[in-house]
Amino acid sequence: MESDIGLWSVLIAVLGGAIRVGTPFIFVSLGECLTEKAGRINLGLEGNLIMGAMTGYAVSYLSGSPWLGVLAAGCSGCVLGILHALLCQNKQVNDIAVGIAMMLFATGIAFFYGKAFIQPSAPRLPSLGFGSWASSPVIKAALDINVLFFLGVALAPAMAWFLRTTRWGNAVRVVGESSDAALSLGMNINRVRLLSTMAGGGLAGIGGSYLSLYYPGSWSEGLSSGQGLMAVALVIFARWNPMNCLYASLLFGGAAALGPALQSVGVNWGYYLFNATPYVLTLVIMIAASSAKGAVPGMPGEFVK
Amino acid sequence: MLKTVEIWCLSLGALLLSMLLITAFIFTTGNSPGEVFHSLYRGAFGSWFSWQNTLVRAAPLMLTALCTALPARVGLIVIGGEGAMVVGGLTAAMTGIALQSAPSFIVISAMMILGGGCAGLWIIAVGALRHYRNVNETISSLLLNYIAIAVLNFLVVGVLKDPATLNNPSTYSIGEKNMITSIGDSSVHWGLLYGLVVCLAMWFVMRRTTFGFAADVTGGNIRAARLVGLPVAKIVLLSCFLGGAAAGLAGVIEIAAIQGRANSSLNAGYGYAGILVAFLARHNPLAIIPYALLLGGIQASGGLLQRAHDLPDATVAVFQGIIFIVILSSEMLYGRIKFLQPKSLIS
Repeated sequence: MESDIGLWSVLIAVLGGAIRVGTPFIFVSLGECLTEKAGRINLGLEGNLIMGAMTGYAVSYLSGSPWLGVLAAGCSGCVLGILHALLCQNKQVNDIAVGIAMMLFATGIAFFYGKAFIQPSAPRLPSLGFGSWASSPVIKAALDINVLFFLGVALAPAMAWFLRTTRWGNAVRVVGESSDAALSLGMNINRVRLLSTMAGGGLAGIGGSYLSLYYPGSWSEGLSSGQGLMAVALVIFARWNPMNCLYASLLFGGAAALGPALQSVGVNWGYYLFNATPYVLTLVIMIAASSAKGAVPGMPGEFVK
Repeated sequence: MLKTVEIWCLSLGALLLSMLLITAFIFTTGNSPGEVFHSLYRGAFGSWFSWQNTLVRAAPLMLTALCTALPARVGLIVIGGEGAMVVGGLTAAMTGIALQSAPSFIVISAMMILGGGCAGLWIIAVGALRHYRNVNETISSLLLNYIAIAVLNFLVVGVLKDPATLNNPSTYSIGEKNMITSIGDSSVHWGLLYGLVVCLAMWFVMRRTTFGFAADVTGGNIRAARLVGLPVAKIVLLSCFLGGAAAGLAGVIEIAAIQGRANSSLNAGYGYAGILVAFLARHNPLAIIPYALLLGGIQASGGLLQRAHDLPDATVAVFQGIIFIVILSSEMLYGRIKFLQPKSLIS
């Protein structure tokens, strides 16, 4: 009986964690997915995330409205995305290197201007208490769900629909599959990539505001634990499919919650090894899906070259 | 050789432009740019003390930069320096702990060989996955970073944990006598020398040997390399091994010269900064040395900026970010400025 309760609480904690920890993943991975669909990798989303967290918190504190903070975080992410896209427009400039440079730059700027906001407490985003019926505090906590989560859940099918049916979505896919084909169709490759990177960066910024305005819920320099960099792995794990990005984000969130949940019921062994599960899983999937001849199925054609 | 003038002009131009941008940034903080630049110089290169500070930070950067620079010569963009450094350091720590009682000469050699070797194999895996299975090397090396860090954390708080280290969980010590000593009475350890020597050696290998030439051919056009019968697989894997071993050596030195035990100082970001140093140096092992010194210097001056101008420690990161972005963007000017082009190429 004892272990039964333990098992249940672990399961609920993992489910709640999947939602709570997974929400920023949804935004960052959808942002990265859109950018990569257009044929460019933005490794700098970690910077967008941290910048978004700082901007969101600062604006929420100064204006008193957390939603204004989310908006500002999205805008800051867009600006960083535009910068990345403009720098990478030239073929000689490597998008991986620019991504890492942007990550350092944005993190530096965020820490520099964020110093003033470490102490004060800003109004946080509200959450919807779906668990008010439950008597168990564990279930209550797990079902306390933030509005941004639902926004993210709605965004995934919306992006899938956008990429599949709309004219702009098709333009993004063509540019990502083959820049030659896009050129022969008379498309402006740079503009398509600029807009995709900008929108992707904006989504990552919103993901960042979730970190500072909801969970963990305050601005500090150790806020992000590499979620932005992980997003790159996550998109591959999801095979560049927005709906899969949603599922994968929840899975990664759940995996991140598994260690602490097991720890809370007294299983201490291998806490840090569990943290590696998502990466090992992604790597195994990449290796299994690849072959000597072709690339990973679903990969935008521009990356195969 | 013909491109040397172009590289010098554009690199210095980019540095100048980034200094202008930094000046603008300093203005917004209400400080005097002249004074801040003076402190930056004093904190980085102004005295023997600051030079020591700079050199200690530059040494691991030189080695981790090679982890990106060497595979780049065969056309792979590897960003696994952080993971390779962790693997190298962890192996060194385990070797040191296991060989406690052996003569220190043997322990240090074993740590170097095993640490460098294991890290080399770690990056070979990346190269092999790319070469034989078409797995994107950038992403697989990024994933391996996280896996290495997870293994490090697992061992450091688990089986290898020294119960005496509560606040900063670390492994058992490799023993005082097995540590690499400092040069004279300075805080600069002999590890710095390894960074310089390895960079010079790799420059020689890449520029002056048949292997280096073959690597450049492979990186330039892999089909042409196959057509002329070069052992492409061997060249790719060996380049990856050398790069990984260099980053592993950075980890070994962190353990053997500074920490004496493995802990989270192994993944303090040297691997990621090294990627940028490699790109700034355009993957030339010789050019890595000045860029690593520049970066190490900026990092070393952070404390002085904080004390003298009340600038937060993140200022250093902003300066670095500006320099990185500007120099990387200057890539787009190569081949575009007419008077910098070698005469024979202009019709």
